[in-house]
Amino acid sequence: MQRIGVFVCWCGSNIAATVDVEKVAQVLAKEPGVVFSTDYQYMCSEAGQNLIIDAIKEHGLTGVVICSCSPRMHEATFRKTVQKAGLNPYMLEIANIREQCSWIHKDKEQATEKAVILGRAAIAKVHLNAPLTAGQSPVTKRALVIGGGIAGIQTALDIADAGFAVDIVEKKPTIGGKMTQIDKTFPTLDCAACILTPKMVDAAQNENIDIFAYAEVEKVQGFVGNFTVTIRKKARYVNPDLCTGCGLCTEKCPQKKAPNEFNLGLDNRRAIYIPFAQAVPKIATIDADYCTMLKTGKCGVCSKVCTAGAIDYKQQDELVTREYGAIVVATGFEPINVEPYGEFAYKQSPDVVTSLEFERLMNAAGPTGGTLLRPSDKTHPHTLVFVQCVGSRCDGDTRGKSYCSKICCMYTAKHAMLCREKYPDTEVYVFYIDVRTPGKNFDEFYRRAVEEYGVHYIKGMVGKVVPENGKLKVQASDLLENRQLHIDADMVVLAAAIEPDKSARPLATMLTASMDTNDFFTEAHPKLRPVESPTAGIFLSGACQGPKDIPETVAQASAAAAKVIGLLAKDHMTCNPCVARPDELMCNGCSACEKVCPYGAIHYEDKEFRGPNRTMLLRRVAQVNPAVCQGCGACTVACPSGAMDLLGFSNQQIMAEVDAICK
Amino acid sequence: MQARLIQRAKELLESGEVERVLGWTAGEFFYDLTPAVFTTVEVLEKDFRYNVFAGANLSKYLIAESRKPGKIAAFLKPCDSYSFLQLVKEHRINRENVYVVGVGCEGKCDMEKIRAAGIKGVLDVKQNGDTLVLDTLYGEKTMAVADALAERCAVCKSKKFAIYDELIGEDGEDSDDSRFAEVRRLEAMTPEERFAFWRGELSRCIRCNACRNVCPACSCEKCVFDNPASGVENKAAASSFEENMFHIIRAFHVAGRCTDCGECSRVCPQHIPLHLLNRKLISDMNELYGAYQAGADMESRPPMVDFRQNDPEPSIVHERGNR
Repeated sequence: MQRIGVFVCWCGSNIAATVDVEKVAQVLAKEPGVVFSTDYQYMCSEAGQNLIIDAIKEHGLTGVVICSCSPRMHEATFRKTVQKAGLNPYMLEIANIREQCSWIHKDKEQATEKAVILGRAAIAKVHLNAPLTAGQSPVTKRALVIGGGIAGIQTALDIADAGFAVDIVEKKPTIGGKMTQIDKTFPTLDCAACILTPKMVDAAQNENIDIFAYAEVEKVQGFVGNFTVTIRKKARYVNPDLCTGCGLCTEKCPQKKAPNEFNLGLDNRRAIYIPFAQAVPKIATIDADYCTMLKTGKCGVCSKVCTAGAIDYKQQDELVTREYGAIVVATGFEPINVEPYGEFAYKQSPDVVTSLEFERLMNAAGPTGGTLLRPSDKTHPHTLVFVQCVGSRCDGDTRGKSYCSKICCMYTAKHAMLCREKYPDTEVYVFYIDVRTPGKNFDEFYRRAVEEYGVHYIKGMVGKVVPENGKLKVQASDLLENRQLHIDADMVVLAAAIEPDKSARPLATMLTASMDTNDFFTEAHPKLRPVESPTAGIFLSGACQGPKDIPETVAQASAAAAKVIGLLAKDHMTCNPCVARPDELMCNGCSACEKVCPYGAIHYEDKEFRGPNRTMLLRRVAQVNPAVCQGCGACTVACPSGAMDLLGFSNQQIMAEVDAICK
Repeated sequence: MQARLIQRAKELLESGEVERVLGWTAGEFFYDLTPAVFTTVEVLEKDFRYNVFAGANLSKYLIAESRKPGKIAAFLKPCDSYSFLQLVKEHRINRENVYVVGVGCEGKCDMEKIRAAGIKGVLDVKQNGDTLVLDTLYGEKTMAVADALAERCAVCKSKKFAIYDELIGEDGEDSDDSRFAEVRRLEAMTPEERFAFWRGELSRCIRCNACRNVCPACSCEKCVFDNPASGVENKAAASSFEENMFHIIRAFHVAGRCTDCGECSRVCPQHIPLHLLNRKLISDMNELYGAYQAGADMESRPPMVDFRQNDPEPSIVHERGNR
């Protein structure tokens, strides 16, 4: 029989306000095996921990139950505490009476009753606990960064600077991401390319960084410290070792009708292309959807003009498998599709553009060479209307997102300001719900737009945009003046909400990393662990975790790098001792466990067993490698005979908990 | 057919190609042919039986038999061959030690169907083409074989073999999905009607464990219901709910591995249509994860222990359940 101590935490008023902690301690004191039971204001404080240590020594406790917050919060803390008192750390169980009880109940009597039941379940489990010892597994000292935007580049540079190898996988032909398409950056109005391209070059030249551009993650196996990742290098039909990036092929290619994604389809490019002059790596890529040679077998112009002989129409996708210790997700964002917003006439008129398209129209490297011209007739626009929150903060509107996209207020202020500065003859209207400018020098920036540049900020939404006689008739309401406005605009710019990149969800599945309902990656703790995924060894960088501007993205990217460096600096990881263990006598040898194991921790051996009547039987039985097993438990449920069990979470322990709850 | 099987079994034994032959022998009654292992030609010639009642699936016996020294020949009907291959796939049967003789099958008869047709006091049955000739206490009667077929054979899933080393008779074709007609009828019921149906059926269970014992998928080294450490061993039926749950849990337990051989219903002394539980799960798996037949091949992964990125999300499965 175990000698169990029960420690009920108040968590200040977090638990004590809703749960009668004293009563919980008193009731649980009467449970079989409980020799000591008490409550205390903050069990996790030094005094609280000392209380536990003293009680273990004084009462000769063999098992400890702490009724407190979620084990995700303080299980590690209390394991260390009981270890200090000489107990095996796995003789501890936490009953979560905060997140799963006090925080979700209002009625004190009911909450107290539930807290007692949760405590009882933990006591029932501790009765069946056995000491466990953790092993160690080595750490592969290489990191993978998925996504080569500013977030991925910054994370990779920081990891590489610390002396660790790091690979960037980018699905587009060049790294750089969305920032390459941006003209100026708020609130300083410095040129995006001027601050980004040196970083792209740094990444390319850093000997610790390998860039897999035009590649995608195909498969992820393993666990923290020991990931095995298969990367698909998509066929460019150009030999990257031979191509010099001279660009001759991109000038001679006769197929000129491919929409240029770098300019968001505002102009066309050739079938063989380099996205932009500063692309890294600067290698041409053939777009198989448009290349005449690849489609019909007749053309070959690029191959003829290429003096380096780099064109290879027979190139195939290539799979590369590499080992990593840590993975950083930096998949970024995309603007939402604004086509469902029929009221803004985006589909009807080319002069209604999204903010990112406007960014290209203002950019010196854009389709108009930096001169703002209306896409419809290439004339200079005089009246511009900016519409904010298109798809952001839409509760109950399935076309948009419930969240604030965070960056639109600032970039719209930037667009309005740049427009007025370059073209003082323009009238610029901005329609907004609220202007949100929390950030260093952000409000000052917005005020400048209004006060110095004379941008007309109008609180209210645009109801309808109607293209008519070469103008855009904008109907809107001014909520402060309480009147309807009719503006004849030349251009309308929609500040489209941003959403996570489409590649994020399948990637999350591969990584077993969790996501929220908007497909943003979830962090391990919203305040205390914002750059880590709850899945060990997976880190989050940039807008894949939530809308962010560039300074925030870079800060988070470096933070994620710091976490990765901390992990890669270790030679060994302490393993989780709660691993699977087969009962060989019950094992059927059916391989069900081996097939579901995501870590490849199970193999089979033929072993001799004693049979009836002094015979020996050779049987095929499962074996678990405890250094590889992560204790996910998939095998225990797949096992038809119940031969596979999880140490620390055995079927018996779980049934004992259920029985205690149902008693 | 019986003579052809005996002849071939004799050859295999006499040539020394195999040491034993797994087939059928007469049971307590003429209509309950029982699995038997023959080691000598003499006993084989005397006792081997094969007729319209040779419904017993021999595959499960090969788990133990294939682990004994020496090769064994086994007569497998098309549906038995799926159970056999599934067990080979699960490493339960040592394939090298088994010589599979496929026996083409046109369906096996169910004595209950004959009785239900009002034919009483049957002493013996002979097959004459499509007709059964029944020798009864009240004289000779006849009935069409098709009318006497067991339900599982009337809606046979496949007359195509999953595996064989040699074939006696014909290899057939996969059948359509008519076997799910009864499942559809149950699905069309209201939840209350369905609950009443299953309570009515399952409450007759006497927990004899015949279904479990005959089931090729229920072949664990140690069944949880025999294991004192499992916490559910030999639970006396404290309530009728437990009997119901036994079968439902068993159906889930074999889901993805059940080949729909229908042996559970054949052996049930209480005539509970247990196979419908399994068939419902097969139908659901087909619908949610794409068509899957357990035991059809060596490579495929049963949907319940497989994961694909395009698998339906739990919410979809849930919504479907609420339909």
